[in-house]
Amino acid sequence: MASKGLRVLSTGLQPKCSLSYRGLFQQLAKGGTVTIVSKRSCSYFTYVPEEPPETAGEVRQMNLCQAVNNAMEIALQTDPTAVIFGEDVAFGGVFGATRDLATKFGKDRVFNTPICEHGIAGAGIGVAIAGSTAVIEMQFADYIMPAFDQIINEASRMRYRSGNTFTSAGLTIRAPSGGINHGAIYHSSSPETFFTHMPGIKMVIPRGPIQAKGLLLSCIRENDPCIFFEPKILYRSAVDMVPTEDYMIPLGKAEKIQDGSDLTMVAWGTQIHVLRDVAKLAAEKYGITCDIIDLRTLNPWDMDTVANSVVKTGRLLIAHEAPYTSGFGAEIAASIQQECFGHLKAPIERVTGFDTPGIPHKFEVFYKPDRWRCIEAVRRLIMPKAIERLETSVGYI
Amino acid sequence: MTMLNLLDQILTDCSRDGRISFYLTVEGEEGAVVGSAAGIEPDDLTFGQYRESCGILLYRGCPVNSLVHQCYGTASDTHSKGRQMPVHYSSTEFSSVSISSTLATQVPQAVGAALSYKRARNGRVSVAYFGEGAASMGDVHAAFNMASVLGCPTIFFCKNNGWAISTRTSDQNNGDGIVSRAPGYGMTAIRVDGNDALAVYNATKAAREICIKESRPVLVEALSYRCSEHSTTRYNSRYRSEDEVEFWKQNDPILRFKNYMQIRGSWDDKMEEEWMEERTSIIASALKEADALALPSPENLFTDIYDKMTPRTEKEMAAMKEHLRKYADKYPLEKYERWD
Repeated sequence: MASKGLRVLSTGLQPKCSLSYRGLFQQLAKGGTVTIVSKRSCSYFTYVPEEPPETAGEVRQMNLCQAVNNAMEIALQTDPTAVIFGEDVAFGGVFGATRDLATKFGKDRVFNTPICEHGIAGAGIGVAIAGSTAVIEMQFADYIMPAFDQIINEASRMRYRSGNTFTSAGLTIRAPSGGINHGAIYHSSSPETFFTHMPGIKMVIPRGPIQAKGLLLSCIRENDPCIFFEPKILYRSAVDMVPTEDYMIPLGKAEKIQDGSDLTMVAWGTQIHVLRDVAKLAAEKYGITCDIIDLRTLNPWDMDTVANSVVKTGRLLIAHEAPYTSGFGAEIAASIQQECFGHLKAPIERVTGFDTPGIPHKFEVFYKPDRWRCIEAVRRLIMPKAIERLETSVGYI
Repeated sequence: MTMLNLLDQILTDCSRDGRISFYLTVEGEEGAVVGSAAGIEPDDLTFGQYRESCGILLYRGCPVNSLVHQCYGTASDTHSKGRQMPVHYSSTEFSSVSISSTLATQVPQAVGAALSYKRARNGRVSVAYFGEGAASMGDVHAAFNMASVLGCPTIFFCKNNGWAISTRTSDQNNGDGIVSRAPGYGMTAIRVDGNDALAVYNATKAAREICIKESRPVLVEALSYRCSEHSTTRYNSRYRSEDEVEFWKQNDPILRFKNYMQIRGSWDDKMEEEWMEERTSIIASALKEADALALPSPENLFTDIYDKMTPRTEKEMAAMKEHLRKYADKYPLEKYERWD
């Protein structure tokens, strides 16, 4: 095959050729073959599929995007008041999350809006005020900012300010978030803490397809407004056998996906998969085992699950893509040091994106809290006496 | 309108006395508010800015003492449980959405509600109120465009009252008021004398017909004048003359309506005297009731953040309760309902 044909390596959606397209056509014209080899795994992490629960009936292979689509389909089937709108959702959305929904449910239920995030958010709140369900899409989490006023000053405050007479309970805001290797400054944001800082709205981030479907259905049915950020790098690369039935995963509850005894790791979304790799590395290098906790809901977050683990292990590593200062790791670290101070064997470590205004295009490989930066944090956690405080003059990354 | 005006005057005095912390009136614009309230149905959902809500609620039969309780923030404040500044009313019973201080945020929300009503085919419209100042906000552009494109039965009611705090309309926009924007959005609009309550009533009624029959929005611009200060803070003399205000007081909507009623033989001085006496007594009794009431229990600081209280808030609430027990004499707890 190799001598006769041309192997074209495909990472993601676009095939990349070491030859030019001209070379490709020449090869084909000669009667040769072209084999496209898909390489779905990302060097940043390896996605390990989640096993469906034993009680699950029929399952179907779905990636995270398809799982989100399935959740919305079920929401539209079960709630006649539910509508989905946003920019470009009618044809399926720029990532395909709303594919086929307009065809199945009609243009009065799944429709495009003008380009106007604050209008979309405001209208979504209005739909909720009128007692219906609105699942609105922000095309990228980076573009949620024009809607900030509506989300903070209106959706989050509606129930409290009105003495529980009006609410935005029926509103769910979805957006793709996080780095994707080439998204750069305006297509890579993880702006969760702008919203976790606001009581009155919930913030949920899934780590995979099974989680995404159950959590999104919970968000849509929750009696509070919710924001659901979907790690876009997982849209295609995370694939599970997802139960086809209608199921929900409760909000406000973290999940321990791995048991250990020496160190606690906390993350959400894509970073969970990085930490799985780090835990393996830590076992090989240092012979330690780790609890890995997926927060799932950041607001309100499940402090008890994290605290119980830290009481056991005495060591905490938090990792997230969002910048260091005022990242959600800061909230976790401050709370856990207060709750578990006497149990801590080392200062809490946060491995995060740097304090830069966005992920810079060509430097993303250095920016992200990858397994090498995380394993260094593990080293500091387990060998505190060996830490030379002056080891690096610029501090820890 | 007279009730509204009287209530406004009395509550303004209360704010100057310090009995309530803040107030703002709709003096000079009662015709636009009450005329429009009369032109819509009682269950059409209104999204006020802040100046119109009182008039709409009074027209729809909301008891005065309910409004006074909100201004005082008493334990009987059903609009906001003591959490909002005065005049930030909220009533599901009278279909008037919770007021927020942020300008124009309610306008796209009215569009969403109308969308929902259109789907439900329930014969209701939504009405978004805003001033010509708020019309400069992006949310109004967003709402106009979306309502028009999506075909939403929304009445956009703009009260152009000449002033946004100290900024006159010529510093606010450079076009022909707000009505001129409508064709740009493919939207029907009408400009009406906002101080002629009956004209406003007719215009609003006609707008509603179009919304319901044709499932599309209509913009009504009511020209009026803000005789009052923006709110209880007195800036008037710094940015406009007394003469200007006096001039517009001659165009008072209540006076014009009264004259019309008198000419038609439906009103006279004797009726007015009895009417005003009765209104004053209703308001006085509402104030007396509010004066005597305690503020809501401090527990209300922590409730209604979410549907169900989170573990974090439970902790905060428990800690604060304990703190208040220990430092009871440092806080004005006697003003509040007991927190057991």
